This record gives sequence, C-alpha cells and structure tokens, in this order.
Amino acid sequence: MSAAPPIPSATANAGSSSVWRALEPHLPKVAKPARYIGLEDGAPASERAPHKVGWLLCYPDTYEIGLPNQGLQILREIVNERDDAYAERGYAVWSDLEAIMRRERIPFFSVETHTSAAEFDAIAFNLSAELTYTNVLNCVDLAGVPVRSDERDETHPLVVVGGHCTYNPEPLADFVDLVVLGDGEEVIGEITDVLREWRAEGKRPGSRPNVLRALARVEGVYVPSLYDVAYDGPFLAAVTPRFPDVPEQVEKRTVADLGEWPYPKQQLVPLTEVVHDRLNVEVFRGCTRGCRFCQAGMITRPVRERPAEQVRSMIEGGLARTGYDEVTLTSLSTADFSGIEQTVDDVMNIDTGSAQPITLGLPSLRVDAFTVGLANKIQNARRTGLTFAPEAGTWRMRQVINKLIREEDLYGAVGSAYSQGWRRMKLYFLTGLPSETDEDTLGIAELAKNCVALGREHHKNPSVTVSVGGFVPKPFTPFQWFGQNTEDELRRKINLLKDTTRKMGGVQLKWHDPRASVIEGLLSRGDRRLGRVLELVWRRGGVFQEWGEHFDERLWLDAMAECGLDPDWYIHRHRTEDEVLPWDHLSAGLHKDFLWMDWQDALAEVGLPDCRWTPCYDCGACTGYSIEHIVASATPPAGGSQGTGVDLSAGHSVPVSLTPRIPQGAKP
Amino acid sequence: MTPPRTERVRIRYEKFGRIRFTSHRDVARVWERSLRRSRLPVSYSEGFSPRPRLRFGLALATAHESCGEYLDVDLEPGAVSSGLVDIDELASLVNPTLPPGMTIQAVAHVEPGAPSLQESVDSCTWLVDVPQLTVGEAHDLVERALAADELPVTRERKGKSVTDDIRPNVLALRVADPDERPPAADWQPAGALLRAELGTHPRACRPAELLAGVDPTLEEGRVVRIHQWTKVDGVRCEPVPLEALPPEGAGIARLSTAHAIERAS
Repeated sequence: MSAAPPIPSATANAGSSSVWRALEPHLPKVAKPARYIGLEDGAPASERAPHKVGWLLCYPDTYEIGLPNQGLQILREIVNERDDAYAERGYAVWSDLEAIMRRERIPFFSVETHTSAAEFDAIAFNLSAELTYTNVLNCVDLAGVPVRSDERDETHPLVVVGGHCTYNPEPLADFVDLVVLGDGEEVIGEITDVLREWRAEGKRPGSRPNVLRALARVEGVYVPSLYDVAYDGPFLAAVTPRFPDVPEQVEKRTVADLGEWPYPKQQLVPLTEVVHDRLNVEVFRGCTRGCRFCQAGMITRPVRERPAEQVRSMIEGGLARTGYDEVTLTSLSTADFSGIEQTVDDVMNIDTGSAQPITLGLPSLRVDAFTVGLANKIQNARRTGLTFAPEAGTWRMRQVINKLIREEDLYGAVGSAYSQGWRRMKLYFLTGLPSETDEDTLGIAELAKNCVALGREHHKNPSVTVSVGGFVPKPFTPFQWFGQNTEDELRRKINLLKDTTRKMGGVQLKWHDPRASVIEGLLSRGDRRLGRVLELVWRRGGVFQEWGEHFDERLWLDAMAECGLDPDWYIHRHRTEDEVLPWDHLSAGLHKDFLWMDWQDALAEVGLPDCRWTPCYDCGACTGYSIEHIVASATPPAGGSQGTGVDLSAGHSVPVSLTPRIPQGAKP
Repeated sequence: MTPPRTERVRIRYEKFGRIRFTSHRDVARVWERSLRRSRLPVSYSEGFSPRPRLRFGLALATAHESCGEYLDVDLEPGAVSSGLVDIDELASLVNPTLPPGMTIQAVAHVEPGAPSLQESVDSCTWLVDVPQLTVGEAHDLVERALAADELPVTRERKGKSVTDDIRPNVLALRVADPDERPPAADWQPAGALLRAELGTHPRACRPAELLAGVDPTLEEGRVVRIHQWTKVDGVRCEPVPLEALPPEGAGIARLSTAHAIERAS
C-alpha cells in the first residue's frame, strides 16, 4: 500500500459525519457488501451529543470474523448505557473495498452510522491474533490518522488495544496510545471519565501528553510512550517509566463477580453469515487446569463462574429475543461449570414455541466419558462428529504440557461416543512442544489408530480426523522461555505423521501452515524493535495475514533482514531465567518465579493437578488481587481422571507429586 | 391414515434501503429467525435436522430493491383454520421482528397443492436507473431494443461462453417517469429510468442483461423489482396483489380476494 493515496486528514473531515452517500454506489461492486451495512438486530443507533465521548470499537479482521467477538459486544453495551458516551463498531474492510476507498478518498467508518473513524475520541481494537497486527495499522491509516502515536495530536483519536495479545503489546508499542490489560468491563468506564474531562476542556493544543499521563494512572492501562527501553546488545536491559507517577509494572484488571456483568444483554444478530452465528452465553471466565501451553488459561485466572440462574435467564431471554435456535455455553472448559448437567437439562426444556429442538453447543469438550454423556443429552438430533483435544500423543508429553489425560480417558470418551451413535471423531494435537521426541509425535498416530479400532467395534467406517497445529510459545505461560521449533522441524514432524498415517484406514491428517506458526511466534514474543518490521510489512501490502491467500512469509523475513533483526534469535532461541522479557513490566497476576518453576516441572515431566481441588500453588492470580476462584462447587465433576492422570472412580485421593517448591507466600 | 395437512400462507414483502445489500441466502436466514421470534406455528421438516418449511420465490440479486418479494410459509395443521393464526394480523405480528427495510405488505392463504412461486411466476417488472443515459438517449435505446429481432447476450457458464438471445424475454420496455419509483425508494435516479417487463422462462432475464443486449458498455444503477406476474385461470395477476397502497406505501395493505390486474406496462 506504499503507493496508496492518502486519506483526508481528521481535521479535513471534522463534522462531515456519514460516509454512506459516498460509499453506497460502490457496494454493488464488492464481495459480500452486507458486511458494511450494519443494521444488526440489537444495535440501535447510538445517541450522539457534543459532550459525549465516542468510542469506535474495532476488530482488525473481516466482519464475519469480528462481529461475534463477545468482548467488543460487551464493551459496546456498557459504553452505550452511559449518558456521557457512545460506542459504534468497525471492522477491517476487505481488499476490494479498500482499493475503492483509497481511490475515492473514503475513510474507515463505523458500520452503524458510517461515521468517519477519525471523528471518534478513541479507536479501540480487540487483539486476539498476532497476525492481525498489520490490519490495525491499515485501519488507522485508512481512517486518515497517522499510524505512529508520536505523529498524532489532539485532533486525532487515541488508538487503544485490548484482548489476549496485549500481554505482549511491544511490537505495536510505536503505534498505539493505550494498551488495556485484562477484563474491560470496569476500566473502559474509568478511561471514558478521563476522555470526558479532556473533551470538556476542548482538547487544547498540547494537551495530549497530559491525557496520556492521566490515563497511565488508571489501573490496567499501559501507555507504551511513557516508558524508556534500554538494550544490552540484542538483549533487553530494562523497560522503565519516564515519570514517577507512571507505574513500574502495569497490573491487569479482573472483574471479581461475573454475575454483576450479565452482558451482552442484547447480543447482536447479524444479517449476513458470520462465524459462531448463534447465541453465545459465557458461563465462566478463567481456568484452573493449568495446561502449560495455554495462554488463555494462564492470563484469565482466577475462575469466575456466572450464577447458574443467570446463565438460564440469559439463554432463555436471548433465544426469545434473537430468534436463534442454537446456543453455545462459552468458557475455556465448559464441562467444568458447576452444575453443568442441570443447566443442560434446563436448556433442553426451554419452550421456544417451535417444534424444532434447540441446539446446544459445548465448545472445548473435556476428554472423558462424562462429557460424552453430556453431549448425548444435547445431541438428540444429528450425530455427526465430536471433537476432543488430547493435545499430545504420549503420557510423557502430556505430563510435560500438564494436560493430564490418560489414554484410558480418551478411549473411554471415544468408545462411549461411538457406542452412542457418533461416527466421526476429531482430535486436536500440538506438535513442536518442549522436549518432544519422534516417539511423542508418532504417539499421535498411535492414538488415532486405536480410536479407529474402537470405532470398528460399533460401525463399519468410523473416521478419525487428526488436526495438528504447530506450537507457538506465548507470554505469561511456563513455555515463554522455550525456543520454538523451526519451520523445517515442524514440517519434518508433520511429514513423519503424514507417512505414518497414510496407510492407516480411517485416519485423516490435517495440519496448520508451519510458516504462519513461525511468524505468529515472532510477534508473540517480540519486542519494540519489531515495530519497524510491522510497518514495512504493512506498507508493502501485508494485510490479512491470518488468511492463507494473503499470508506472505517472504514479506516478514525480508523486513526482518532490512531491519538487521535475526528471526532465529526472536523465534527459536531458548530464553534463560535471568533474561529480561519484553513483557516483564506488565503483569497478568502470575509470579514469574511460579512460571519458571512450572517450566522446570515441565522439563522434569511433572504434572500439576487442577488447583480447584488441590492445594494452592501460589501462582499469584488469586492472592495478588485478593480474589478467590468463584465456583458454585469445588468438587471435581464426575468422570475420568479429571486432569489428575489417575482413575478417580477407584477411590484414590488426588495424587499430587511435586518437586520441592518454595512454600506458599514466601518470596525467593 | 394420511397426516393432517399443513396450511400454507403466502407473504408479500418489500426490501428497500441498506438491507438491499444482503443476499438471497441472508434473507432466508432473516426470515427463519423472525418467524421464530414471532412464535408462529411454522411447520418443520421431518428427520434428523428439521428445517422450517419455507419456500422462496425467484431470488432477488444482491443490491436490488423490491416491492414484490414472496415467501410461502407452511404452518402446522389447523393453524389458520382453527383461528390460532389470523392472516390479517400476521403482518403486524411479524413486522416488528424484521430488520429495517424489510416489511410485509400483504398475506394470503394458499392451497398447499398450488404451484410453487418459482414455477408460477412468468415475468417481472423492473425499474432500472441507468446513470450513463440521458432521457433522450434512453428513448433511443428503447426504440432500438424493441426494433431488434434479437438481442444476443454472452455469459460465462461453467467456464464456457454461452450466448443467449434475450429478445423473446423483453416483454415490455419504456422510459419511466421518476415519479414511478415506489414511495419506499428514497433515492433520485442518477440518469434515465427504464421500466421493463422481463420474462423468466426458460431462464429469468436480468436487468443487466437487457442493458448488455443493447449496449455492452451500459451499467445498471439502482434497480427495483416492482412486480412479479403469474396467471390464474388465464388472467395475468400478482401472486399476492395489493388492493391499495397506503399513502406511505410501506404499510400493510388489507388483502383483497379479487386479483388486482395491472395493464401491461
């Protein structure tokens, strides 16, 4: 996009409001124009007023991917319920429309009122995937706003990011004004308060730095421009605040009681097809299973369950209001929700006034027969397939990653599913895990083969699809020190599996592009020096890198070379305990020494059972914020080994085998 | 014993404004959700994956508007005859659940054995804005088109070029007055407005094909389907006629038993 004509600046556009008249004549010429029209049910036009703070809440990918994002929907409602603010939504426009917009000088817009993005006080992005970062730059540029934060002034909106990727926002540090860590429900109001004052004072020339200083004092808000970065050769020496009132370490925000936030109350119902096109009700946040590869499970601790009664009323009200016939109970491990069986029964008994049964979805199925029993209640209609995620092929490997599922658990689940009418199983695995040997990799094929054999006892042609992803180490996990496998090594392991499964009847192998895993790894643990790389890739047209047809590894590697940066050093190098990590000045509540010990436990092949029913490991997430896991029941739900690796039905106490650790509460 | 018969209602609705950018598939999903929200006793298919029994008429192309779209809905046996569903109230029940720009205009009771909308519609009347044409040029175009013995149009089909003569499907064509736009069309013509009746057999002729047949450089602007035509007992009529449009044109017209007949345009 280097040759792209500039978009009119914010000042040139001030007060121009809707771009709809300019946009509409071009929409018949672009693919899926319904992406750009808004009109979703549940999205009444926000009421604007001069005193109100305007938020443009964006997802840096297409409408189909971004619309269902629950975080943005929650924040949209919370802002719109205030009388001093309004929120609208924006999504990355596909390349065909972007070309027209640049040619016709139509700026990036909100889908509700087609207001130019530059007219909002803040443009906020949800960051869920590293490969969308260049789209953030593209949206800001398409808004007619300078992409680098040091080139923006009072006439420009603030650029804000939130979401899981913000636990290492350093590659985006040059481009964003604010980074918000953790749950957004409360903090968005505190940021709005500061912006309202700024508006009331007329955003005087030169006032922008003061506003950023004030925002840096809001807990959970990180302002990258207020920190100095010192290097020691290629290594990071320190990231330090430039002013005494700016926190040395920024803590994430955690909403203590999900029951106080029954959002979204009006889930948006799109007019055109999107992913997850159904009612979604979040049943809990956080996870205690402690899978070491899983960033989501680490950074969202502690567990906070929504009261079962509220779950029921949100489902019942949501189905009646939206007209959906499908609801999904979302969380990181929905079978762990206390009283899940009762909730499932209740949902199946809701009277929708229609002869058609409600379809209930449980994502992230646990690997045990209990879960299959749950699925059996739900799937009173079509039994096509069930998906499980054993993640690794051998017990040794699963101890390393702390996914303590025995082979018996998997076979119990799969056997039970086949016997109850399911014919197709999908199994998710990671490859490129720490200490993985070829025996571990081939264990994946072995498990699949045994699952097919189990299926043959019940059906003629059972099928097992094995989906293999390349492991990408993420910040604030015990694997943050691990040097990621190279593209060649990932490819070799995938080929090993291809060769082994080729002659296995009933086993299909699918895999993710290892090139994309490597670039994801570059950004996930990168530092501020990658800002130049991001900008180069974006200027050369490297947008929509999540999309196979757009992803271009060459763009990234060339940009790295031009910036004199070594991909190996960033991606494939093991970090040492004393290394300053680019996210050390941020906090997800987890003690770094806890993560390091968990990393050592991993290498020693020692598993750590679920902390919901075993003693606290003092990871820091509960104690640091003075909250506890909020669960209706701390009893392990029925079935399987429940992440302990032993058969609980045999009357064992939960076995905890720990290497000597620092006593609870003590600091090294 | 034969299962009790479902009861079919035929809904006539309009589609105007921003929602014109939704596709035929999108509109089908919108209807499914709206009918569930209004809790109408819609009949569902049997089997493992029950679907509501809805039948749509000729697809309206994405970006086209219409004040003559149709949908057949099968209701559970006895729904209408027992008085559970009042056909006169159906529009006011369902309209609040439809997105802005989609509005039910009329509803009729249809015999379940009646021919489907797809089969029975023979032609459609269109208003087509042609931004590239002045009114004078449009008159020339109409004259040329009607005088032509054939209007060959080439299109891609399964990777091959196919040439059709669309002239037999150009049943009527004239320059229209801007006032002929339906009241819900909130736009001004950018160029000349054409009014065309185009046949649907063996393949529905599209407004863009009419333009391409006369002059391949012409592009359509706004397009509105204003009528679909069928025959009942040899008499040309609309599948569900509007007795009279209320002043705004977007409201609910009461159903008339007599078929309103429009003279050929």
